Amino acid sequence: MSNTQVNFSSIEFKNPVITASGTFGFGREYNEIYDINALGGISTKGITLKRRRGNKGMRIWETPSGIMNSVGLENPGVDDFIRDELPFLKKLDTNMIVNIGGSTLEEYIEAVDRVSKQKVDMIELNISCPNVKEGGMAFGIKTKTARKIVKEIRQITNIPLIIKLSPNAEDIVAIARACEEEGADGISLINTFKGLAIDINNRKPIFDNIYAGLSGPAIKPIALRMVNEVYKEVSIPIMGMGGIMNWKDGIEFMMAGATCIQVGTANFINPHICIEIIKGIEDFMDRENIKSLEEIIGII
Amino acid sequence: MAKIIGNEALSEDIYIIIIEGKFSGEIGQFYMLRGWEEYPLLSRPLSIYDINDGNISFLYKVIGKGTKRLSELKEGDNINLQGPYGNGFPKVDGKVALVGGGIGIAPLLYTGKILEDKVDKLDIYLGFREEAILTDEYRKYSDELYLSIGSNITDQLDINKYDYIFTCGPEPMMKKIVDMKSDNNTKIYVSLEKHMACGIGACLVCSCETKKGMTRVCKDGPVYLGEEVFYE
Repeated sequence: MSNTQVNFSSIEFKNPVITASGTFGFGREYNEIYDINALGGISTKGITLKRRRGNKGMRIWETPSGIMNSVGLENPGVDDFIRDELPFLKKLDTNMIVNIGGSTLEEYIEAVDRVSKQKVDMIELNISCPNVKEGGMAFGIKTKTARKIVKEIRQITNIPLIIKLSPNAEDIVAIARACEEEGADGISLINTFKGLAIDINNRKPIFDNIYAGLSGPAIKPIALRMVNEVYKEVSIPIMGMGGIMNWKDGIEFMMAGATCIQVGTANFINPHICIEIIKGIEDFMDRENIKSLEEIIGII
Repeated sequence: MAKIIGNEALSEDIYIIIIEGKFSGEIGQFYMLRGWEEYPLLSRPLSIYDINDGNISFLYKVIGKGTKRLSELKEGDNINLQGPYGNGFPKVDGKVALVGGGIGIAPLLYTGKILEDKVDKLDIYLGFREEAILTDEYRKYSDELYLSIGSNITDQLDINKYDYIFTCGPEPMMKKIVDMKSDNNTKIYVSLEKHMACGIGACLVCSCETKKGMTRVCKDGPVYLGEEVFYE
């Protein structure tokens, strides 16, 4: 059997397939469906300092080839996460990436500080959630603000740190470069695109929060292009995502420059999809006589 | 993958789909149905209408793209089912009434079928806007069947006659029942409907705030104690 192992910065992943934040909870539900230890890693539901109830009104809307969501970072807050969810995650034999969001720099710092006192494999700093009115994505639009937050966070944690970037950024390559310069261990991209859906009969937006995040196959070509552009300009590794629906899409992202891939929307369509993607990658390696995935990462 | 052995229209927009195979499910639970490859992206949650030895069936109303697509499937076509999911109606005894409005009658047939022998009394109330459907089916499992067409089914309901009311239908109808004064400590359970994505409690798109806090309709529900729910 092929060796699907990849090294992402200092961390070893048994395979490059990671579940994307917000689509997989804290792993418990999917673990009832299959053994999630088979995954390369899990990126948790985004955690904020304080509990958040999330957005009111409609939270999901289908579009041609995609879905829009407006969950708004509903989560139990960092302390309840550490008490109620982390013990389960710690027992798993897969890499645990804790995704952290926030509205202010102080909130990010405090949440990261509390998580850093725990044993976790990696922190994914979410500066790209489009569904939180008072901020979140605001940190991921301008290079200057992104640089500032990465610099501050890097000073308070020794845990491997990756920054999740927004496709809505003014210059995604410049932001990625700033993350690298400020000491990030990796980049994950992309989060959802900010979009709008309208109920014409009621003459109102579908979502109470007006704008929502678009994911799914609709965004894949753009995500792939952004991964490729960032790959060419930074030397820290990339977790690529955006509309990965099957193993072929995953290979495309790796060829574009991603060391690991994150799978989100596809989990909803087929709860077993990550296992099928891992198998598909193994079979592809066998057929193509690929000894290590490093042979194909960033060949485009 | 399972095979469709029937998919027929009962009225202009109400269909019943029957799928071959050995399926399980508790009363009030649902399955995620997917009878297509790629689009629409999401599967569709439908509550169990009936389970027999060699098949399962779902009663549904054509509302949007997914149910439209579902209604176009033919006998012999393949369909994917995930489930059973959700927290359904409790197993109870005593005197029970099932109250359904419109397509909300769907989960109550199987519920009646399972409860019929186990409870002292089982009455079924069905409310329709224009025409009644499947009344003979529901009559089979009820001591008494009450119908209304174009009027409020709740007008016929005296909740004090029952220990438990299980209801599914338009929110105003369910709220009306929950707001009825009971001298008898009648427990009312409501089955809610929300757009879903994962169906298993991970994605939080079907969250519902209740008096107990944030819950997931797909995992903590779809059935709730009526008094815990905030109605619109």
